[in-house]
Amino acid sequence: MTANVATLPESYAPQSTIKWQSWGSRMVFYSGLLLFWEGVARSGMWPSYVLPGPSIVLITLQQGIMDGLFIKAAWVSMQHIFIGYSISVVVGLVFGLLLGQNKFLNDTLGSLVMGLQALPSVCWLPLAIIWFGLNERAIVFVVVMGALFSIILGVEGGVRNIPPQYLKAARNLGASGLAIYTQVMLPAALPTIISGLKQGWSFAWRSLMAAELLYYSLSLGNLLQTGRDLNDAALVMAVMVVIISFGVCIDRLVFSPVENRVRERWGLVN
Amino acid sequence: MSVSQSLSVNKFMGWLRTTTMTTVSPPQDASLKIEGISKTFVSQQGKVVHALAPTTLAVSTGEFVCFLGPSGCGKSTLLSLIAGLEQPSSGQIKFGQQPIQGTNTDRVLLFQDGALFPWLDVQGNIEFGLRQIGKSKEERAEIAHKWLERMNLIGFEHHNIHQLSGGMRQRVAIARAFAINPAMLLMDEPFAALDAMTRDRLHHELEHLWASTRKTVIFVTHNVREAVALGDRVMVFSPRPGRIVAEFKVDLPRPRSLENVALVEKTAEIMAVLQQIMAEGDEPL
Repeated sequence: MTANVATLPESYAPQSTIKWQSWGSRMVFYSGLLLFWEGVARSGMWPSYVLPGPSIVLITLQQGIMDGLFIKAAWVSMQHIFIGYSISVVVGLVFGLLLGQNKFLNDTLGSLVMGLQALPSVCWLPLAIIWFGLNERAIVFVVVMGALFSIILGVEGGVRNIPPQYLKAARNLGASGLAIYTQVMLPAALPTIISGLKQGWSFAWRSLMAAELLYYSLSLGNLLQTGRDLNDAALVMAVMVVIISFGVCIDRLVFSPVENRVRERWGLVN
Repeated sequence: MSVSQSLSVNKFMGWLRTTTMTTVSPPQDASLKIEGISKTFVSQQGKVVHALAPTTLAVSTGEFVCFLGPSGCGKSTLLSLIAGLEQPSSGQIKFGQQPIQGTNTDRVLLFQDGALFPWLDVQGNIEFGLRQIGKSKEERAEIAHKWLERMNLIGFEHHNIHQLSGGMRQRVAIARAFAINPAMLLMDEPFAALDAMTRDRLHHELEHLWASTRKTVIFVTHNVREAVALGDRVMVFSPRPGRIVAEFKVDLPRPRSLENVALVEKTAEIMAVLQQIMAEGDEPL
C-alpha cells in the first residue's frame, strides 16, 4: 500500500505529505531571501541607514518590543481599528440586509455604495480632518469608510442570492419578523458575509495605517513616520514587520477558523 | 400581516389542545375547499402567463390526493396557493372552513429538493419549526428525537446536510414537516430526483406515516405510478393554462404493492388519458 503511494500523481498523495512539502519549499525560499538581503546589505552598496540587513531589523524589532514602544503603539492602533471596524460591521449588516431585500433602496442607495467603494478610503482623510480635526475620531472615520462599503456589498450580495426556497420554507414552518433575519437570512448569507467581513477587515487595516501616518501621537502608522523623520530605515522595516504580523495573525486566528467552519458545514470544502 | 399572525396564534392554541404525537384520528377539520382559484402573472419578458385556469376542488380531512400532470401545468402553482405562499388572481381557498390568508404552520409544504437549511445540522433542521412555534429546548429535543427515530435517522443527528444522500434529505424534510404536527402536508414532487429503489422505499414509509397520522396530503407528481401507488384520488392536470381535466378514484387496499395487477391496470388507464392530453398540448397554440 505505501509502495503504491509513491507512484501516484501528486494530487493523490496524502494531504499531510503535500502540506510538509509546501512548508519545506517555503522554508528554503525565505532562508534564501533573507540570506540574499543580508548579503546585499553587507556589500556596502548602500549605507546601512538606507538599507539595513535583516539582522539589524531584527535587533530593532527586539528592542522595540522589549522597551514596550511597539506594544504601546500596536495597542493604540488596535483600539482605533476595533472601534472603527465594529461600527462598520453593525452599520454594514443593517444596510446590507436592507439593500439586499429592497429593490428601490438597492437601485438608489446601492449605486451610491458601489460608487463610494471605488474611492480609496484615505481620500476621506482631508475631509475627516476638516470635520473632526486631526484626532482619533478622524482616524476612526477613515477606518469606517474603508471597511463599511465592502461589508455592505458582501451582506447585500449574500442576502440577494439566498435561494427563495429557504425563505419560503422558513415562513411555511412558522418563522416571521425578526426570526427571518436572525435565523434565516443572516445564516443563509453567511459564506458571502464572511468574505465581505474579511475584505472589510483588510481595507480597514490599510486605511488605518494610511490615516495614522498623518497622526501626531503614538501608533503603528505614526511610528513609520517617526522612522522616516529619524532617517532610520531599520525602525521603518521593523514596524512593517509588526504590521504584517498583526494582519496575518488576525486572518489566521479570527477569519480563517470561522470561514473553515462555515465551509465545512455547507460542504464547500474542496 | 398582523391578521395572519394573530390567526396563526389562534391555530397554534387550538393545535396545542388537540396535539399528541401519534394521533390516529384526524385532530381537526383539515378539509380543503378550492373555489374558482386562478393564477395569472406577468413574466419577466412582460408576457401575461395564465398559470392556472379557474379551478374548483374539494379535499376532505385525512384524504390523500395526487395532482398529476406534465411540467408547467400549474399544479405546483396551486400547491403554493394552498400553502399561502402566493396570492390567487381570483377565487378563494378555505381550509377547515377558514379562508386562507398567508402561510400557516397547519399547512406545510415540502419542496422537491427538500429546502433543508445547510447552516443547521439534521437535528437543527428538524427543530427549526418547533422553535418558531415556541417549543422549549427540552420539548424540541424530545420531539426531534421521536422523528429521528421514526424516519430511521438515528446516528445522523449531527450530520451536515451536504453529507446526506437525496433519500436521507427527503427523510429529514419529512421529519421537519411532521415535527410541527401540521394538519395538512403539501408535497411538491418530493421524490422526483431520487432513484427508483429509494423512491419505492419512501413511498412505503410515507404511506405508513399517513396511515398512522391521517393527515390530509396533497402530493404533486408527474409520475403516474407514484400517483396511483399513493393517492386515494388522482387529479389529472392539462398543460398551461392548468386545469383539472380528469379525476380517478383509486380504491385499492393499502399498503399497496406496485406489482398489484389492479394497480398496474389503473396506471395504464391514467397513462392513456395523460398521453391524449399531452398530444393535444403539442398542437401549436
